[in-house]
Parts: sequence; structure tokens; C-alpha cells
Amino acid sequence: MDGILFLIFAVVAVLCGINVVVQTHPISSAISLIGVMGSLAVLYLLLGAEFLAVAQVIVYAGAVMVLFVFVIMLLNAGAEARKGRSFMVQLLGVPLLVALLGLLAYFVQRLFPQTVLVQFGKFTGGGAREVGRALFTTYLLPFEVTSVLILIAILGAIVLARKELE
Amino acid sequence: MEFIVISLIKAAVVLAVLLTTLAYLQWVERKVIAHIQVRPGPYRVGPHGLLQPLADVIKLITKEDLMPPHASKLLFVAAPFISVTTALISISVIPFGPAITVAGHRTWMQLTDLSMGVLFVLAVSSMGVYGIALAGWASNNKYALLGGLRSSAQMISYELPLSLAIASPLLLSNTLSLRELVESQSATGSVLSWNILHGPFPQIFSFVIFLISAFAETNRIPFDLPEAENELVAGYHTEYSGFKFAMFYLGEYVGVTLNSAMLLFLGGWVAPWPAAYGSGLVPTLLFAAAGVIALSHGLRPARRRDRYSLPVFGIVFLAIAVLFLLPVVQGWLLPLFWFLAKTGALLFTFIWVRGTLPRFRYDQLMGFAWKFLFPIAVVNLLVTGLLVAWFS
Repeated sequence: MDGILFLIFAVVAVLCGINVVVQTHPISSAISLIGVMGSLAVLYLLLGAEFLAVAQVIVYAGAVMVLFVFVIMLLNAGAEARKGRSFMVQLLGVPLLVALLGLLAYFVQRLFPQTVLVQFGKFTGGGAREVGRALFTTYLLPFEVTSVLILIAILGAIVLARKELE
Repeated sequence: MEFIVISLIKAAVVLAVLLTTLAYLQWVERKVIAHIQVRPGPYRVGPHGLLQPLADVIKLITKEDLMPPHASKLLFVAAPFISVTTALISISVIPFGPAITVAGHRTWMQLTDLSMGVLFVLAVSSMGVYGIALAGWASNNKYALLGGLRSSAQMISYELPLSLAIASPLLLSNTLSLRELVESQSATGSVLSWNILHGPFPQIFSFVIFLISAFAETNRIPFDLPEAENELVAGYHTEYSGFKFAMFYLGEYVGVTLNSAMLLFLGGWVAPWPAAYGSGLVPTLLFAAAGVIALSHGLRPARRRDRYSLPVFGIVFLAIAVLFLLPVVQGWLLPLFWFLAKTGALLFTFIWVRGTLPRFRYDQLMGFAWKFLFPIAVVNLLVTGLLVAWFS
């Protein structure tokens, strides 16, 4: 059951990911990206990371992508025109893609040998309690540094917006 | 197998009851608003307009389904479905009552209990924005687009104070599961252990913040700018007709009901004082009083048709009053009564506010969320966290 669900949502995630690039209209791409985020959330859930799954939906699908869609609607962006592709892309695109996928597969094989297979339902430390404890003990410094980083980003946005006003 | 059958039955019951309630909620809303504005409201279809919802449903289903030219077809059709689906999915984690035993099977009066229940509701309802935003965009209409834009900006803004207001009672109850949340509030069995009054820091502020944000999240007056009729015709659903329009309506009503049913503060199905002091008699007394009043008015009818309708209502109310006295059904009827009473009181507040408050201006709406509600919610969360840490 878990394996079937994993396959379904893995395929959906990849197909949506391809669709993000293929679609010419920004809104369609954004909606495909929401599909990717949602499928990823299901994959997290299958692996036992409940909190991460819900956070994925709330933060990425529910907040970040809403802002994306909002901005696309606000700018009223139209469909992109398909321009003629360069000769180099037509010649080298497919071979390079195959080479990249091969390299990735090779490194995954090397780094994670058969002995550490992922098993559904084995991981139980994905609840809010465990994640909270990890964030405030083991990963306290990265957690706080990230929050400062985000604060800086917000300040930067305000500074840029003020400049435009004056 | 048994689990699947029971779940299917429960889902069917919840859906049927919910949809009927929603249809009649619209009747209640029209009646209450009408009485606030000193007019009778729906009165023609059936006694006291009681068959009006049925007539409305038939009208909406049989209406012509229009598609505006140059609209994005797929998204135009998908948007109302997103709106309804996201609203309905969240109902699945709402607990209506404690565990009951029906025909030998012990089951909870809840479709499912997630360990992430509260976050699940937040996640699903945050997806509901897409229904409205995409409807506005796909309609190929300037009013609809503006309505969709306003709505998404408003829902993103008010989601912050809403989430922060929800976080504070979670600190008191120390759980994310909605069922455990309600159980933690039934400790003493009285109103004092509800989160709204429970120490170390009563959540009265976060309850008010939650309620205000809920109005904005569901796009209702005084925050109904996405469908402000004097500026935007009807906002995001300007181009929708027939059943698709009904789906938006349904989505909004489910959202309102859901927000009322999120009884994080009011103790869910728990009675306001212990049954030892007679809280079990309250529904009987209430329905008996309603029955007696209806009967006495029916004997001296003000209008001719009241001669038949009011005595019938009176007898029905008295029968319900007797029903609450039967020990067989008391076990599940009493929690359900308190759950519905609290939800109903909140729903009435929603309607009452709609009948009394004017609409905000758009800059006021945004300023209110970011400059007032958000800081207050943060301070409230901080104080709650400090006091919980201090006293535990």
C-alpha cells in the first residue's frame, strides 16, 4: 500500500515538475508547482514525517505559492512566446540531461548502499514534539541564525520599497 | 473491513447532516437579518418559508450554466470545486462528541483524529484561497480579477493573526489533536477549564482575535471586500451562475461553520457545568419552554396560517424535550447538543455582525490586520508561553 502510494505520488511529482517547465503560461506553471509541493507533502507523510508534511503544505503550497499566484495575477502576465531554440541546445540538450541523470544515479548508489534501504513506517520521530525538541536543542544555532536571516530579508524588502516611494 | 464500513457510514451521515444544515443555515441567516431590519424575511414557500432552501437548491441546479468568452476553461471549472473540496475536507477532523456505542460497535463521533488535527485544518483552509483567486483570474473579467486579488491579499494577511491566536490555546492544552484538545478542556467538567477561561492565562484575547480573523478568512461582512457589490458587482464569482455559483456559496458557508466548530476555546462538546448540578436538564427545559410558547401562541394565532403551523412546532419541540430525558440516547445526544449549541451561538454571532456592521475600507482592512491584530496576537502568544513555562 505504502509502496503503491509512493510510486503514484513520485510519478505525479515528477510529471508536475516537468509541466512547470513545459507550460507557457505562468499561472499554469505555478499550479503545476503547487502539484509538486502537494505530492512532496504526501511523500513526507509516507516516510513518517507528519509535521514536515503539514508544514510543507502550509508554508509552500499555502503561503509561498499563493504569493506567486497573487503576483502573477497582479502583473497580469500573459503567455510566454516560444522563441526559436539555439542550435547548441537542440544538439546537446538530451545528451547532457542523460549524463546528468546518470551521474546523479551513480552518486546516489555510491553514497547510500543497499544496506540502508528506506522502509515505510520505520521512522516515528516526525511529530511536532520531536521536531520542536530537535529545533530547540540540537539545531538551536542554525534555527536562530535562519530566523535572523529571514529578518534581514524582510528589512531589505522594506528598505527597497521605501526607496521606491521617495 | 469493519473500520471502512463504519467510516463510510459516518462520512455519509456527516455529509448529509452538514449539507442540510447549510441549506437551512441560509434560511436562518435570511430570517435573522430580516428581523434585524424589521421585515418578515422568506415567508411564502412553506410555513414561515421553511421550504425556501429546497426551492433555492432546485433553482440553482436548473439554472443555465454560463461560460464567459475567453475564460480559461479548465481553471474556471476547477475553481469552485477547489473551494468546496478544501472546505469539506477540514470537517473530517472536527470532533462532534465523545466515544459512543452503536449496535455493539464503539466509535468516536468524529470522522478521524489526526495527531496534527489543528495544523491539518490550517493547511487545508490555506489551500482554499486558490479556489477564489483562480476563479477571479480565470473569469476574464476585471471585477472578478480585482475581487480575487483582494481576497487572496486579505486571506494571506489574516491567516497570520488567526494562526497565532490558535497557537496560544495549544500551549495550554499541550496537544495538536482536536479530540485531545477538547478532552483537556473537560478536566473539571465546568466552564472554568475551557481554554477561554482556563489559567494560567485565559485565552479571551486570542478568542476575540480568532473570531475577527475568521470573519476575514471567510470573506464575510465587515470584511467582505472581495465581493463588495457597490464596487465590484459580485467580486470573484461575478461570472459564475447556477450550480458553480452555489458551490462558492457552499464553500463560504462550510468555512463559516468550520470556523465556528473549531471549538479550541469553548470546550467542544463539554457541558458548561457538571451533570451533577443539572446541566443535563438544560436542553429539556429549553425545548419544553419553546414548545409551550409555540403552543400558547398557536392557540391565539396572530395570522390565520399560524393556527396549524405553531401547534405542530410546539408538539415537535415538546417531543424533542422528552427525547432528551431518555437515558438510552442521552449519552450521545447531550454532547451533541452542547456542540451544536456552541456552534450555533457562534454562527448567530456571524449573522448578527452581518446585520449590524458596515464594511471596512480596503486600507483600513489591511492596516487593522498588520498594525493591530498581528502585534496583539504576538504579544498574547508570548505572554501565554511565558506564563505556561512559569507555572508548569
